[in-house]
Amino acid sequence: MASSLLELSALSYECNGHRLINAVNARLESGTRTLLLGPNGAGKSVLMRLCHGLLQPSAGDIRWHPNPPARQAMVFQRPVVLRRSVLANVTFALRLAGVSAKARRDLAQEALHRVGLALLADRHAPTLSGGERQQLALARAWAITPQVLFLDEPTANLDPGSAATVEGIIHAIHAAGTQIIMSTHNLGQARRLADQILFIDRGSITEHTPANEFFAAPRSHQAREFLSAERP
Amino acid sequence: MNRLRIQASHRWYLPLLALVLMVALPSLAQTGAAVPTAPLQVLAQAQGGSATLLVGSTTSTEQSGLFSYLLPLFVQASGIQVHVVAIGTGQALDLGRRGDVDVLCVHDRPAEDRFVAEGYATRRYDLMYNDFVLIGPRSDPAQVAGARDVLEALQRIKARQASFVSRGDRSGTYEAELRLWNLAGIDIRADHGPWYRDTGTGMGPALNIAAAMDAYILSDRGTWIAFRNRQSLAIVKEGDSRLRNDYGLLLVNPQRHPHVKAAAGQQFIDWLVSAAGQRAIANYKIQGEQLFFPDARP
Amino acid sequence: MRGDGKDTKADGVVSEDLQQKRTLIERICENAGMNDLGAAFIQAAHLLAGREPALLGVIVLSLRVSLSALLIASLIGAPCGALLAVCRFPGRRLLIVAFNAMMGLPPVVVGLLIYILLSRAGPLGTFGLLFTPAAMVMAQSVLIVPIIIALTRQVIANDWEEYAELLRSLGARWWQIIPTLLWEARQALLTVLLAGFGRAVAEVGAVMMVGGNIDGLTRVMTTTIALETSKGNLAFALALGTVLLVLVFLVNALAYLSRPHSAQHGI
Repeated sequence: MASSLLELSALSYECNGHRLINAVNARLESGTRTLLLGPNGAGKSVLMRLCHGLLQPSAGDIRWHPNPPARQAMVFQRPVVLRRSVLANVTFALRLAGVSAKARRDLAQEALHRVGLALLADRHAPTLSGGERQQLALARAWAITPQVLFLDEPTANLDPGSAATVEGIIHAIHAAGTQIIMSTHNLGQARRLADQILFIDRGSITEHTPANEFFAAPRSHQAREFLSAERP
Repeated sequence: MNRLRIQASHRWYLPLLALVLMVALPSLAQTGAAVPTAPLQVLAQAQGGSATLLVGSTTSTEQSGLFSYLLPLFVQASGIQVHVVAIGTGQALDLGRRGDVDVLCVHDRPAEDRFVAEGYATRRYDLMYNDFVLIGPRSDPAQVAGARDVLEALQRIKARQASFVSRGDRSGTYEAELRLWNLAGIDIRADHGPWYRDTGTGMGPALNIAAAMDAYILSDRGTWIAFRNRQSLAIVKEGDSRLRNDYGLLLVNPQRHPHVKAAAGQQFIDWLVSAAGQRAIANYKIQGEQLFFPDARP
Repeated sequence: MRGDGKDTKADGVVSEDLQQKRTLIERICENAGMNDLGAAFIQAAHLLAGREPALLGVIVLSLRVSLSALLIASLIGAPCGALLAVCRFPGRRLLIVAFNAMMGLPPVVVGLLIYILLSRAGPLGTFGLLFTPAAMVMAQSVLIVPIIIALTRQVIANDWEEYAELLRSLGARWWQIIPTLLWEARQALLTVLLAGFGRAVAEVGAVMMVGGNIDGLTRVMTTTIALETSKGNLAFALALGTVLLVLVFLVNALAYLSRPHSAQHGI
């Protein structure tokens, strides 16, 4: 997999006169797991959507070095599944990614196997449980072997068991060579998954440090407040 | 088990789709086939060699069942299929003017003569006649029954302001009604009150309205005989020579509309005015009563 | 033939065997002022029992014409409705309002339009389609295309909100998005199609005008009902209406029951 670097410079995003992302600068190394932390409404989801290309920046640049990754995927907080079989949900993503009809079925089944849904391949996807749906969303993302995977609070709506399953899958996807950019509210999860922490507050990045440094000694007062508030 | 059921249900739309296609496709195929062959049809029609004929006819001849009785006899005699579009005389003549039908069977002599004069047909054929009847409530509030003739009857209706339902469309019956008012010395279009209901409908619907409001109405006898929803209506005046209702035949001029099936149309007209056709018309009866009286001149 | 203000021979036409057929129930209904209703249901039962073979042709033609119109209108209307839901372009709102308004298009106006087009003197006159089932299919298609477009747009717009991010994230372009959304909404679209079918099969003004109500060729349920009404056969017309209602009910029931179990619980 080609090594790449995501560079944000003076990136801003406005919506209805509100500045949701405010002149952000950052460099994200390929191969790393970067977790976005920050209070609700800080702009984590917006920032990821900007990087993924779902939103167009109002100002500033998003640059990938050397090239934008041809294969990227995103997993959303609320997993959206198509009203067709579990397997067809995955082959659909492969078709859009330009995978030949012959290869799709095998790739899809392999992806389902990796996330633990192989036995449910023929189930009607809307009948899956919330956790299973998120597993399916991960299989759909993983099937196209993305260079970058964005995850927007993927375990926020899940019970602890399902969340652990999802975490395991994310771990495996990363181990297979995919750069992870993920937002979460769960500090434990951030500790377990993060290489880097990007702390966002009110549209600005206040801190971008390796995870162990961040949890040991957060530099910005916003991060300190956030960490202390989250402690039981 | 459960999995099987759900798997099967994924294809729930298939039987529906099959049903729609099964029913819809044959007619679409027909439609599609009709288009490319249309120029050929036009050619065939110009040569007069087509097997179906379109007749624009006044509603009374269709609704009284006359055509259902006559057409099988004609098909037997000629092998030509006839389709009848039943519509008011004025509209039927318009269909002829636009070339949308081949033959007309209508009952408004002045309008028919105009049609010929305009060159849309080369001549008019006498076919048959029956008569108009004045229908009204049995109680006869305008005492029309005691009138000398139909003109006095109309004058009484106006004098009493008794409810009267008029077709108010462009039918032969409406034209006849206007002529009768005129003969009675009344300019009904200018001089009428709320008692005169201009309904703008066909004979049947107008009779339904008259039945519902106990009104007088002028109807052709054929439609009246076949009409079922009479309520308290009955014939209150009939047998006046001015109530005669003549039906004529017109072949749309193929020089105006080349696609007209002139040969088949002429064959149809020839048969209707022949001894056989005229006999068939005389033989058509409802409840033993003759509806139309042939009067074609040999 | 002199009238005397009383019944004449013409009045004797109310057929005697009809009189004899009148049952006690009918007489009771008549006394209650509902003779037509009572007779209608008895006749409807007879018709539904298949005692009128000529009616079968009329029913089959009704179904063929309306289902053909539905097929054509869906092939045009569903993609257009989806495009209207997904794509943003100038004049889009105006189009949406226009199609919503056209759902109430008077059938007679559509009939007149198609009549003028297909008339021998009209632009499509040479095809000789006036007074054929094809003309009726055209009229009904035009009539229900706006319904299919407007309702499809509504359905797809709701789905689009849910699927927009996913589809765009997967890199779908609009020509991939439209068929995907239509397929995802297939159950809701079935209801849309049924609405279109209902409007088509119940319509009388347009098919009367362009079909001509020709016996054995273009006579459908609704034009037969209109004809029988104008003949004063109110009970028979009402019976035919009941048959039409049963027919539409059966089509709806078939569509509903063929849906998967889960769909019936709104999943």
